[in-house]
Amino acid sequence: MSAAGQALTGIPGVPLALRGPAPVRVVAGFGFWLFLLSDIIIFAALFATYSVLSGSTAGGPSAAELFDKRHVFLETMCLLASSATCGFGLLAIQRTDARAMYFWMGITFLLGISFLTMEGREFASMIAAGAGPSHSAFLSAFFTLVGTHGLHVSLGLVWLVVMLLQVATLGFQPMVGRRFFCFALFWHALDIVWIGVFTIVYLGAK
Amino acid sequence: MFGRLSWSSIPFDQPIVMGTSATVGLVLLALFLLIIIKGWWGYLWHEWITSVDHKRIGAMYMILGLVMLVRGFSDAIMMRTQLALAAGHAQGYLPPEHYDQIFSAHGTIMIFFVAMPFVIGLMNFALPLQLGVRDVAFPVLNSVSFWLTASGVLLVNLSLFVGEFARTGWLAYPPLSELAYSPGVGVDYYLWSLQLSGLGTLLSGINLATTILKLRAPGMGYSRMPIFCWTALASNMLIVAAFPVLTATFAMLLLDRYCGFHFFTNDLGGNPMMYVSLIWIWGHPEVYILILPAFGVFSEVVATFSGKPLFGYRSMVLATMVICGLSFVVWLHHFFTMGAGADVNAFFGIMTMIIAVPTGVKVFNWMFTLYGGRVRFTVPIYWTLGFIVTFVIGGMTGVLMAIPPADFVLHNSLFLIAHFHNVAIGGVVFGAMAGYTYWFPKAFGFKLNERLGKAVFWCWFIGFYLAFMPLYALGLMGATRRMQHYPDTHWQPLMVVALAGAVVILLGIALTAVQLAVSIRQRHVNRDHSGDPWNARTLEWSIPSPPPAWNFTQLPNVQRTDAYWHAKEEGMSRGALPSSFVDLHLPRNTPVGVFIAFFAVILGFALIWRIYWLAAVGLAGAVAVALVQYWRTDREIRVPAEEVAAFARAHAPPGHDAPSAELGPVVPGGRS
Repeated sequence: MSAAGQALTGIPGVPLALRGPAPVRVVAGFGFWLFLLSDIIIFAALFATYSVLSGSTAGGPSAAELFDKRHVFLETMCLLASSATCGFGLLAIQRTDARAMYFWMGITFLLGISFLTMEGREFASMIAAGAGPSHSAFLSAFFTLVGTHGLHVSLGLVWLVVMLLQVATLGFQPMVGRRFFCFALFWHALDIVWIGVFTIVYLGAK
Repeated sequence: MFGRLSWSSIPFDQPIVMGTSATVGLVLLALFLLIIIKGWWGYLWHEWITSVDHKRIGAMYMILGLVMLVRGFSDAIMMRTQLALAAGHAQGYLPPEHYDQIFSAHGTIMIFFVAMPFVIGLMNFALPLQLGVRDVAFPVLNSVSFWLTASGVLLVNLSLFVGEFARTGWLAYPPLSELAYSPGVGVDYYLWSLQLSGLGTLLSGINLATTILKLRAPGMGYSRMPIFCWTALASNMLIVAAFPVLTATFAMLLLDRYCGFHFFTNDLGGNPMMYVSLIWIWGHPEVYILILPAFGVFSEVVATFSGKPLFGYRSMVLATMVICGLSFVVWLHHFFTMGAGADVNAFFGIMTMIIAVPTGVKVFNWMFTLYGGRVRFTVPIYWTLGFIVTFVIGGMTGVLMAIPPADFVLHNSLFLIAHFHNVAIGGVVFGAMAGYTYWFPKAFGFKLNERLGKAVFWCWFIGFYLAFMPLYALGLMGATRRMQHYPDTHWQPLMVVALAGAVVILLGIALTAVQLAVSIRQRHVNRDHSGDPWNARTLEWSIPSPPPAWNFTQLPNVQRTDAYWHAKEEGMSRGALPSSFVDLHLPRNTPVGVFIAFFAVILGFALIWRIYWLAAVGLAGAVAVALVQYWRTDREIRVPAEEVAAFARAHAPPGHDAPSAELGPVVPGGRS
């Protein structure tokens, strides 16, 4: 990664747009923000699809009959808490405090695993009850929307492990710090998407 | 073990397919042998395949687009020949199931693997140079994007020989594209090759948008950017916003086909029309993703060769951004006949008409730039003038079809085919050719042959009108698209004229190859020593042709639009040396892009044929390559100051070895 040319930053009185190429840290973060926006548009398409198909149960079970809101509330709490612990972990990285970082990121990982386990249990019980994704358009849309979020969480956990290995092997280099920052953005974005899932899919179940 | 793949997957019984495959195979073999015998492999590998230099990657995109143009055009001329023959009782030479694959492949290839590589190639090449910086924001990612596009290309071409291609049209509408009605691997080839190349496009959109928004030379505020940068910004923002919808839509169709989901099926609550709606939410912005950079090219060309600043810079920027926004609220005009109701159709019809307004603003701006200018009739200006005339006609037939009642008559007729070829050829192809001719000397250090360039233009221009004006008439007479045969022999004369037009275009494509070969042979005659062969206005012309890997010896300090023009006017000469040189750090070349693409091809091929163990191998390989790259810390190479200085001195015009300011000193913040 190279920001083209020498970065000219921090010159007071010069508007940001005229200062020349931004530093690598800014460029990397900005590029990742754009990626997140594109990712959220994937979810937007899936949300729209779910909204259209949520009533198309083809005589099968409907949303209200299937979802256990208490179970989903616990799931939600796990994920939201993991966002907070991820934030503490990032603060530890800024202090280059390895022990605190491993502690908080470890808890983040465990919370993420708990979320995935609960989601997996929900999926398994639905499929066992004959409400699998190929049963109706509604169920196809449900499993795809929630499953895509789950897939993102899984990939996030893999990424988290990779980042912990990076810190272990490369130390707190600026490059590793930038990547951890991007990971944290990703993790928080998944929370935002989940709030949409919780609201539209579970609370909106009719 | 091998999924659905067997010897019967290879169409031995079809002489056209086997002949083509054999020819392509022989050409590739000959090329490969030539590379080995001549010992070019090392050069190709180190300087091109593993290159992360945006100029090289841009050139490779253009080569990819040109090669695929030949493939896409072969499909076109086969269709035109078939329709010139298959009237009345004659059935032509292409059976329906083959003809259906040809028109699907033609549309898919021309949009995704010709137009997109052209446009992304031009942006890749020109943007960092125009912005006055050393590379794009993420050079390695840039290489990955290119090679992912190339892996999509490879899969599409493989479908010719192993298996079949989709018979569904270029957007693969369900329920036809569902497993029940397309049980073969054709749709899977379509979906997986576009998923791979679509990922490449998305990454490249993120990369280029970040480049424009975060990496500009000191002093280059938004209102000082060349218009091409503005149109590229709009185009890349559209990529970031639209391509994810394509990915999601294809993913849903894939789930239907592979896992028995019911998004778009006829039964169990699926909704095929939702696919049509979703795909056009991507598809209409895609039209502007392609045309906006072409508008940018024409803007640069028209200002350069009129010797005037672009008329109405601010209105041009505004028109670009208005088109960018409106492009997301017109998609329903692709399916007025779906029956969404009068109110919905009226809304989208009116929005479609409104989008013609900023486009009209642009046309007037180009004409007013020409007006009163001292116009030099070079090849790029030929393309521009041809574009203005042709695009206005195409735009007007578009506005005509924006009226829902008219669309009900013209929907899926050859009138529609004529309309979108009118804007796609007259806009995107002409723009790509203008940009190719305009920036070629910057990329390679010599101009393309002018006479042959004009011949290419006339072939495309005349060929286009011959080929597509009859289609407007045929559409009004009732001819529909995607028909392999027609009973009404009165249509045949116009079909023959259309074939003649296609042959003229074929001549133009052949002459493009001749022009390239002749220009390479004459390169010493057409050499560009000045770096500014067109007496142009923007920063890319202030550096030598071809530029060094680091583009700019020192980053220019931009005071206003048309920065280089004003520098020339103020007598600041090109090539003046900076007072001191520093070491430069450039991204190191890496094979990570081509390796990831290699495994992506394996992954795609395995998924198409449902060889799941092989798919796992492909995925694991791609992830492993990415992880190795993730741990590399030697990502940059240092170019010593002496090397930079030596290059600058060697390229400085005589009498300029004394230190002086090139475009003003590198102190940001100077404001005009």
